[in-house]
Amino acid sequence: MATMTLAKALNTALRDEMAADRKVLVMGEDVGRLGGVFRITDGLYKDFGEDRVIDTPLAESGIVGTAVGLAMRGYRPVVEIQFDGFVFPAFDQIISQVAKMGFRSGGAWTVPLVIRIPFGGGIGAVEHHSESPESFFCHIAGLRVVSCSNASDGYHMLRQAISSDDPVVFLEPKRRYWEKAEVETANHQGDWFTSRVRREGSDCTVVTYGPSVSIALAAAEAAAAEGRSLEVIDLRALSPLDLAPVVESVRRTGHLVVVSEAPRESSITSDIAARVTEEAFYSLQAPVLRVAGLDVPYPPSKLEDEFLPTLDRVLDAVDRSLEYR
Amino acid sequence: MPSQPSTHTTDTDSTATASAAAARGAAGTSSLPQPHEVMAGLRATVSAPGIFSLLSPEGEYTPSDRFPLDVTPDLVRDLYRDMVLVRRVDREGNALQRQGQLGLWAPLLGQEAAQIGAGRAMRPQDMAFPSYREHGVAHCRGIPPVEIASIFRGIDFGSWNPREKRFNSYAIVIGNQVINAVGWAMGQRLDGAMGDEDTAEATIAFFGDGATSQGDVHEGMVFAAAFNAPVVFYCQNNQWAISESIHRVARMPLYERAAGYGFPGIRVDGNDVLACLAVTAWALDECRSGNGPVMIEAFTYRMDAHTTSDDPSRYRMADETQAWKLLDPIERVKAYLARNGLADAAFFEAVAAESDALAADFRTRVVNLPAPSPSVMFDHVYATPHPQVEAQRAAFEEYLAGFADTDATTGGDRTGGRH
Ligand SMILES: Cc1ncc(C[n+]2csc(CCOP(=O)(O)OP(=O)(O)O)c2C)c(N)n1
Repeated sequence: MATMTLAKALNTALRDEMAADRKVLVMGEDVGRLGGVFRITDGLYKDFGEDRVIDTPLAESGIVGTAVGLAMRGYRPVVEIQFDGFVFPAFDQIISQVAKMGFRSGGAWTVPLVIRIPFGGGIGAVEHHSESPESFFCHIAGLRVVSCSNASDGYHMLRQAISSDDPVVFLEPKRRYWEKAEVETANHQGDWFTSRVRREGSDCTVVTYGPSVSIALAAAEAAAAEGRSLEVIDLRALSPLDLAPVVESVRRTGHLVVVSEAPRESSITSDIAARVTEEAFYSLQAPVLRVAGLDVPYPPSKLEDEFLPTLDRVLDAVDRSLEYR
Repeated sequence: MPSQPSTHTTDTDSTATASAAAARGAAGTSSLPQPHEVMAGLRATVSAPGIFSLLSPEGEYTPSDRFPLDVTPDLVRDLYRDMVLVRRVDREGNALQRQGQLGLWAPLLGQEAAQIGAGRAMRPQDMAFPSYREHGVAHCRGIPPVEIASIFRGIDFGSWNPREKRFNSYAIVIGNQVINAVGWAMGQRLDGAMGDEDTAEATIAFFGDGATSQGDVHEGMVFAAAFNAPVVFYCQNNQWAISESIHRVARMPLYERAAGYGFPGIRVDGNDVLACLAVTAWALDECRSGNGPVMIEAFTYRMDAHTTSDDPSRYRMADETQAWKLLDPIERVKAYLARNGLADAAFFEAVAAESDALAADFRTRVVNLPAPSPSVMFDHVYATPHPQVEAQRAAFEEYLAGFADTDATTGGDRTGGRH
């Protein structure tokens, strides 16, 4: 067991997968000598060489599109998109080729490709560096979409993503890169793309993922001081959603608050609200409430505290939900 | 791919804009085809600088040291046969669409030489990434035409196994496949699949002149150059991207763009099957030996509509088509064979009969293609089971099974199955 940052955990996962399988490649802008703008690929170039840690031209469609060809040929490329706001030039390739190559070919091809994207706000960045594009990907059949929230999950989830035969959009909460946790690298078993109860509680269920998990946990801590018991669930996988633990929890608490940084409309939070309503309607004692990013373009960073779900906004939603009792 | 001819908005109220357009010598913007636009193809016909040919429109063969080819009578007869067969199937595809048997057809009329030349230059281990008009290349890869028609009948996205045939599924989004091809070629290099006389591999990406405006084609060329990928960029310049003339988007010959990426670009007479074969064979060899990438511009002409939904009379002149007809790729091979006594009437008749038989077989197979079972929609979306998709499959199959129960008692009235 070692204590490490999320950044280091992701780096270790890449290293371990590359060591285990020579077909695993890392590709992207500045991932080689520099180690990536967030240093997630630090040292890999030195150890695995330029054929396996490929510094690409600055062209996202080219990065993803060539990775598709490599994946068709049996490689397992892990591509890095430098920032969330720059994935859009590659969107066409992701939708039209990454997601559909297997389906179109009647299963003749698999596309074992991981698209790593540092996502979400909270680092005071300039425009296009703090987006939450997860819903776009969840809407595309053929992709799996996951987001880690801590170093341990980051390590194991990235390894699972690389060994998956399906393309995986791997969302890394960039503002958590430097947070530390204990990581058991020796024991890499099981399915890490499942919902995980992070804190048990009985009054209200709070469901979230990625960067907002810590906020939900802090809200649960604060609520406990006020005598309220929140159950916090980390989805980890956004497509497919592992909804059963959420439904099971709502059956006990009767209250659900869904938290996400992404704008609220037509989002993952919309989907969870709809599906829990379908599956647990008679258990719900209040409408499903959502705490989400605002339906505006990402604001200048001095305003991001207003935009992002905060501990207070989560507690406020919990209060509103419980008022229905 | 099916497209409605679009109407350009007029933007001539600014004299600055108008004179800038005139100064460019490029097509301006107008709601009607302008003379210089409709003349574009004619201009292309009379001036194709830097073009490489072996066989003249009159069927005269001039050998070349630059792109050597062992021109045996058998080779020429085989190429002739290939072209006649694919043209016959292509015409049948059009007819089947007109009769409502296909939803759409993308004709290759006029591009037979460009496709057969390239397709016959490939070795089994080479990989092709087509767009959606490469029926001739598919023929060279041993794909029966019905496996292509199934796309246009809405059965599937192509019935062949792209991995085994080394001919990828058709790509409908213009330019996408070019980057995928470069990725495959990067893999060939990483695998060390180059160098050896017998086993070396190369990749060929097919795209049109319109596609050269796409970022993906540009990015593909940048990546190919950056990684010395063994890929041949094979552009069939058929002069028109639906109604957009190549003269609107390119101020210089397309093949010259390769120089900007730092690899060779060659313009070949796309209506000359021998030249297309010689140049592509050379280019693939360059790739196999590690000297790729290479760009080839096969200078040709789309004799028919863009697709069966298109109306070329709105944007190009009959004269243009007539002029290109004189450059017909099949006629010149026929002339060569006849002029040199390499084939007699019996040969031409036999090929014609074979093409009729192929077309008849094609027709029968197309009209008898079974409708796909609805549950195939859920197959191969993911390589490993995806709970949501599997749940939806189960619910859907249960729903359909409800009708099956009713079918037995009500004689198949679907609505009668509702409960
Ligand atoms: C990205 C994209 N935009 C538009 C279309 C619609 N479309 C289909 S074919 C075509 C013209 C393509 O021209 P070209 O690349 O020259 O190939 P050609 O059909 O002439 O062989 C267009 C605009 C498309 N399929 N993909």
